[in-house]
Amino acid sequence: MEVDVKNRKGGEFLIKSTDYQDVFTPEQYDDEQKMMASMCKDFLDSDILPHLDAIDRQEEGLMEKLLNKAGELGLLSASLPEKYEGFGKDFTTSLLITEMMGAGHSFAVALAAHTGIGMLPILYFGNDAQKDKYLPKLGSGVLKASYCLTEPGSGSDALAAKTKAVLTPDGLSYVLNGQKMWITNAGFADVFIVFAKIDGEHFTGFIVEKGTAGMSLGNEEHKMGIKGSSTRQVFFSDCKIPKENVLGEIGKGHLIAFNILNIGRIKLAAAALGASKQTSTIAIKYAKERIQFKMPIANFGAIQHKLAEQAIRIYAVESALYRAGADIHQKEEQLRGMGKTNEEALLGAASDYAIECAILKVAGSEVLDYVADEGVQILGGYGYSADYPMDRAYRDSRINRIFEGTNEINRMLILDMFLKRALKGELDLMSPAMAIQKELMSVPESKDLGIGIFAQEKEVLVQLKKSILMTAGFAAQKFMLTLSHEQEILMNLSDMIIDVYVAESTLLRTEKLISLKGEKEGNIQVEISKVYLNDAIDRIYLAGKNAITSMTEGDEQKMLLLGLKRFTKSTSINTKESRRKIAKKLIEADKYIF
Amino acid sequence: MKILVCITHVPDTTSKITFIENNSKFNSAGVQFIIGPYDEYALSKAIDIRDKQGVGEITVLNVGTSETENTLRKALAIGADKAVRVDSEPISSIFTATQISNFVKNNSFDLVLMGRESIDFNGGIVHTLVAEMLDWECVNPIMKLDIVGDKLLMTKEVDGGKEEIEANLPLVLGCQEPIAEWKIPSMKGIMSSRTKPLVVIDPIPVSIGSKVLAFEVPQPKSGCKMIDPSNLEQLVELLKNEAKVLN
Ligand SMILES: Cc1cc2nc3c(=O)[nH]c(=O)nc-3n(C[C@H](O)[C@H](O)[C@H](O)COP(=O)(O)OP(=O)(O)OC[C@H]3O[C@@H](n4cnc5c(N)ncnc54)[C@H](O)[C@@H]3O)c2cc1C
Repeated sequence: MEVDVKNRKGGEFLIKSTDYQDVFTPEQYDDEQKMMASMCKDFLDSDILPHLDAIDRQEEGLMEKLLNKAGELGLLSASLPEKYEGFGKDFTTSLLITEMMGAGHSFAVALAAHTGIGMLPILYFGNDAQKDKYLPKLGSGVLKASYCLTEPGSGSDALAAKTKAVLTPDGLSYVLNGQKMWITNAGFADVFIVFAKIDGEHFTGFIVEKGTAGMSLGNEEHKMGIKGSSTRQVFFSDCKIPKENVLGEIGKGHLIAFNILNIGRIKLAAAALGASKQTSTIAIKYAKERIQFKMPIANFGAIQHKLAEQAIRIYAVESALYRAGADIHQKEEQLRGMGKTNEEALLGAASDYAIECAILKVAGSEVLDYVADEGVQILGGYGYSADYPMDRAYRDSRINRIFEGTNEINRMLILDMFLKRALKGELDLMSPAMAIQKELMSVPESKDLGIGIFAQEKEVLVQLKKSILMTAGFAAQKFMLTLSHEQEILMNLSDMIIDVYVAESTLLRTEKLISLKGEKEGNIQVEISKVYLNDAIDRIYLAGKNAITSMTEGDEQKMLLLGLKRFTKSTSINTKESRRKIAKKLIEADKYIF
Repeated sequence: MKILVCITHVPDTTSKITFIENNSKFNSAGVQFIIGPYDEYALSKAIDIRDKQGVGEITVLNVGTSETENTLRKALAIGADKAVRVDSEPISSIFTATQISNFVKNNSFDLVLMGRESIDFNGGIVHTLVAEMLDWECVNPIMKLDIVGDKLLMTKEVDGGKEEIEANLPLVLGCQEPIAEWKIPSMKGIMSSRTKPLVVIDPIPVSIGSKVLAFEVPQPKSGCKMIDPSNLEQLVELLKNEAKVLN
């Protein structure tokens, strides 16, 4: 995989344009990546999809067996360094594997919890002895992992955890007391990453092994979806663990929790993408087979609209996902080149792109929910039947907006991170915001468009970014430190940012696709990109308007709204015709294909 | 044991089949190619034999153009030791069988395994032709294979039943399910497939053989009609006059 190395920074997309040559797109997977994707598909088709009912019934030992098989295939150790008997694959490959396995419903959740939040804390924060002891066995699947952060009283506010750790008088052990809630894989995990406060104060990570006296499990939770994924409470009652099991530094547990989440979030988007593609394919096939009024329902415009819109959103979020993934990979290489260890490099890179990770978490989970919801609609009554696959797709989708930080928390984080970076001088949001204020006072001048297939669309993007900088800049000035109390405005602003990032990524991907394969190969993708942008403009306008009207009055409001209008101007395209073309292609292909 | 597994490079079973150039050529645009499913049984069985015996070597062979190399790589990833590509379109069964038997003559093998048939042209005769050209025995299609000492015990599917067969090496066998379980390539297999040898050899000339002039896609079946059981007369009438299967 080749990506030009440029000195780019996370979050910079809001103030800079990106050249299509600098983005990585799924069209650039190499042969090995394609083979790995195809291996995942074979594994899903042979071992997972035929057994979804048994998995959801939590048939005794089945999930462990499947995880073991995944271990044999190397899926658990793909991104583990070779030193720990892993395959040391790059970040893009690990995203691709996550995407492919994302179609595996509950199994995908178990797999992601094990390889992500379960294993990564030890990889990134463990000392050598801990890494040597656990990583090879976690990579092979001999040991299975879970991650215990949430408590009954602390979910989003994770640092308010009450679980306590106290050093024994002999100084050799810690005694844990407390209760963890919603712990994925708890039923069969051998290794638990547990967060507790030493002396009720210093938030710290610990490794607790299954069978440690004083640790016990609650019953399986009854859940709306991902029923096959083990979710239980974990109780600690005078649970004594050796002090060697402290993970990372004392009092620095939040660094583990938050850093792991960056990677977890972008991976969640990858998994949601895989599930979305599968769900779209189910809908396409059904729409072709279901006859009403003497013809397949796929012939109806209303259904074609849905099929096309599913594809548009999937393609869009996929473009953003692999763009961000490769940016992280590139940053990682750069940090490694600067002498960082492998672990420091990936963590540093993910933290640099934490804004993009949060954007993708929200966008990926919401695309999947859209696709599943319309999937049910396309199947009609059969969509509502538990005997058809859409029922499971719909129920399993919903969790993604809740875990790995709820989408509300992630939306607020996006803004929070932008503002912090601006305050620290890492991202210069001020100068462009000032320039926009000046521009607002002047008469709009007509601009020469650049060249290339999306010359006009790119100019639209430049303007859209101005609309965000203008609105966010005004909000920041007006509320200063109390902006965090204006959550509604933060939600509006983050929606605008998410849409701009995704729309830009979509255009860049299509431009690259055409440069690689020619215009004919990319003609439907051009339609997709244009429709996405077209609709994003109106969404951005609406979010901007809501933000502006909720913080201004009178002339100030008038001026900002005029500015918003100016920056969110679009040319009209015939979206009906575009969607019909997109739907036709999907129907011909009999599956999601872009 | 030295085993040769011959694999086909065929469109995925869910592909949409269309033709171009006056219906003389398969339209491969957008089509996903796979190892022929029956050939994959043959390959899986070969791996089982090698791994059980702890010795031996598996060579996979395909007669095809460079486009088929990914398919060969996948066979290597699944577990074959080396790959050979005879650089030519597989023009006809005779052509393909000649290339295979020539390769077998120039290299020593104990056993040649293939699928019972390819799933593109479904000729189902290459194993027989190869055996004939080599003057070996051929059994096809076999569903079960055990090696006991130097004997091969096989179960063959025949019309309405099964046949138990015993034979000695060398042999050419056509395989079908459930002879072995398909194997999924592992990460390790995929990564090592890049370093395993894949040799390209030139085809030898073949004078006889057939050539496809045109293909035709069957018309989709027209919709079926549901007749209420109480309307037997209407059914008979339709079978007589519309379907014309009764007179
Ligand atoms: C199936 C499942 C598996 C899980 N697996 C794990 C696991 O393996 N390990 C683990 O540690 N945890 C796990 N979790 C926990 C999960 O991460 C939490 O449920 C999630 O973080 C939300 O916390 P909560 O449920 O307490 O909701 P709350 O935090 O109570 O949130 C309720 C609502 O209020 C909103 N809200 C909260 N705070 C704010 C705020 N400041 N401003 C605005 N809105 C706010 C939220 O967005 C949400 O809409 C899992 C949960 C589920 C359901």
